[in-house]
Amino acid sequence: MDLNFLEFEQPIAELQAKIEELRLVGDDNEINIQDEVLRLEKKSKSLTESIFSSLKPWQISQLARHPQRPYMFDYINGAFDGFQELHGDRAFADDHAIVGGVARLEGKPVMLIGHQKGRNTKEKLFRNFGMPRPEGYRKALRLMEMAERFRMPLFTFIDTPGAYPGVGAEERGQSEAIARNLKVMAGLRIPVVCTVMGEGGSGGALAIGVGDRVLMLQYSTYSVISPEGCASILWKSAEKASLAAEAMGITSHRLKELGLIDGIIDEPLGGSHRDIDTTVHNVKHALVETLENLSSIPIDKLLEQRYQRLMQYGSFSG
Amino acid sequence: MSWFEKLMPSRILTDGSSKRAVPEGLWDKCPGCSAVLYRAEMERNLDVCPKCSHHNRIGARRRLDTFLDPDSMEEIGADLSPIDPLKFKDTKKYKERISQAQKKTGEKDAMIVMRGKLKGQELVAAAFEFSFMGGSMGSVVGEKFVRGADMAIEQNIPMICFSASGGARMQESLFSLLQMAKTSAVLSRMSKRGLPFISVLTDPTMGGVSASFAMLGDVNVAEPNALIGFAGPRVIEQTVREKLPEGFQRSEFLLEHGAIDMIVDRRNLRDEMANLLGKLTDLPLA
Repeated sequence: MDLNFLEFEQPIAELQAKIEELRLVGDDNEINIQDEVLRLEKKSKSLTESIFSSLKPWQISQLARHPQRPYMFDYINGAFDGFQELHGDRAFADDHAIVGGVARLEGKPVMLIGHQKGRNTKEKLFRNFGMPRPEGYRKALRLMEMAERFRMPLFTFIDTPGAYPGVGAEERGQSEAIARNLKVMAGLRIPVVCTVMGEGGSGGALAIGVGDRVLMLQYSTYSVISPEGCASILWKSAEKASLAAEAMGITSHRLKELGLIDGIIDEPLGGSHRDIDTTVHNVKHALVETLENLSSIPIDKLLEQRYQRLMQYGSFSG
Repeated sequence: MSWFEKLMPSRILTDGSSKRAVPEGLWDKCPGCSAVLYRAEMERNLDVCPKCSHHNRIGARRRLDTFLDPDSMEEIGADLSPIDPLKFKDTKKYKERISQAQKKTGEKDAMIVMRGKLKGQELVAAAFEFSFMGGSMGSVVGEKFVRGADMAIEQNIPMICFSASGGARMQESLFSLLQMAKTSAVLSRMSKRGLPFISVLTDPTMGGVSASFAMLGDVNVAEPNALIGFAGPRVIEQTVREKLPEGFQRSEFLLEHGAIDMIVDRRNLRDEMANLLGKLTDLPLA
């Protein structure tokens, strides 16, 4: 089994392996197998298209967590210029699961805040698997308020399994840190654009996710609890995660239908990890366009719109 | 007939058949100290054990009835009831869970909001009904909270909320999560207007409720020994793979770590809150 491919992508993996093999043979024998390779590549593409045209929420959830998926720094380096990272909450520590700093987007100064996961074991531990502690949220809060002070638009990037459930995190007020951000973000006097890059895991995601526009990458997810968590509570078995993913409606398309997010950013065929440059380009394009729209709205009106949008969240009768 | 009964003269024997049975629910056992207590006495004592001061959970209506001045109450958002936007079904349909909870509690959802008076002072008071799906927060809870806060803003009066909740309601998925943002946003308006919001955290206040308005009180108050936190103790134990410290996530622990302002015995809440709100609202609004 090729680990670069998820379980449901194995037919594609097999085809790719065959193409690789043919190429090697072709190098050895000088036989023209170009046509055959082309034919198989076409087949692989259409197979990918057909698999990806009917993905189940649980499969999308796996894509959202794909170990090769672009992370915060891929966007920082690819879509922005001159990033300078700013560290620390000024009270306790610098949380490596949340990265923040100033940069330029097409020449204009902006503030960036986002979750960062690690690629290898060492990095994963350093980034705490993208699970922030209170000091991460407090660093984010400090940078948000700074952005407001210097009238810089704020872009946040979401990709976390959730806020870290640990003893120290509780001792230092995980709940309060998240809650404070929700309250402050609702009233920030700057345009705020939030993008879900991968996993939008519960309160740990929302704590940097309140803004004027919420965008999601096509194969990202956003939910109140992880499918595994939901399954283990409601089905009493984490094995039922696929059912939970289905029931909760965690995909970008479903959430757009429900009116809970504003826009979807397309990913390349096979998911953003198959072509990081195109993904970053698509994200940049969406952010530039969104910011342009927001910038034309007077700030008081923008704040009122943000507030009214928050107030209309909910579905009830009476 | 046993040898003992044969031996005894009949006049000493008591006829068991005429003995009156003790009615169900007359006596309660305190979960704190296991003392057997007279139910009526517990009620008079606001469901606080007179022996060990263990605070039992109480329902939303009883909470507000005993906290606010009698005959001052007017309910806000009483007609709001939950719907099932996602057609959610786990081992049971969400719709069924709703109607079961409604039957069990007699309430439409997990929160009751009232406008009323506390020792003559006007305020809005909200309380969670924990026995309604674990006091979980979905769209109705969020909306009721916001309507309460809007009323407070409109009338220039303070708001107090008694939390008792397991967190966000999974069956409404992202709708529930976004209630955290919604309720926190309305508090930013209250703050701007200079209106106090007091959060009283009762057993238990966890997850999305604790990580939104419940921690955003101008003053955070807790009842003694209430479980309060973001992640549940079991989740934390599984993550860190060690035994949690004694008293972890209890009110006293939170006070020690600076998360709350004070711990107040339920029997003193009326006095303490009236006293506090009196000070916070004494000066005219800016």
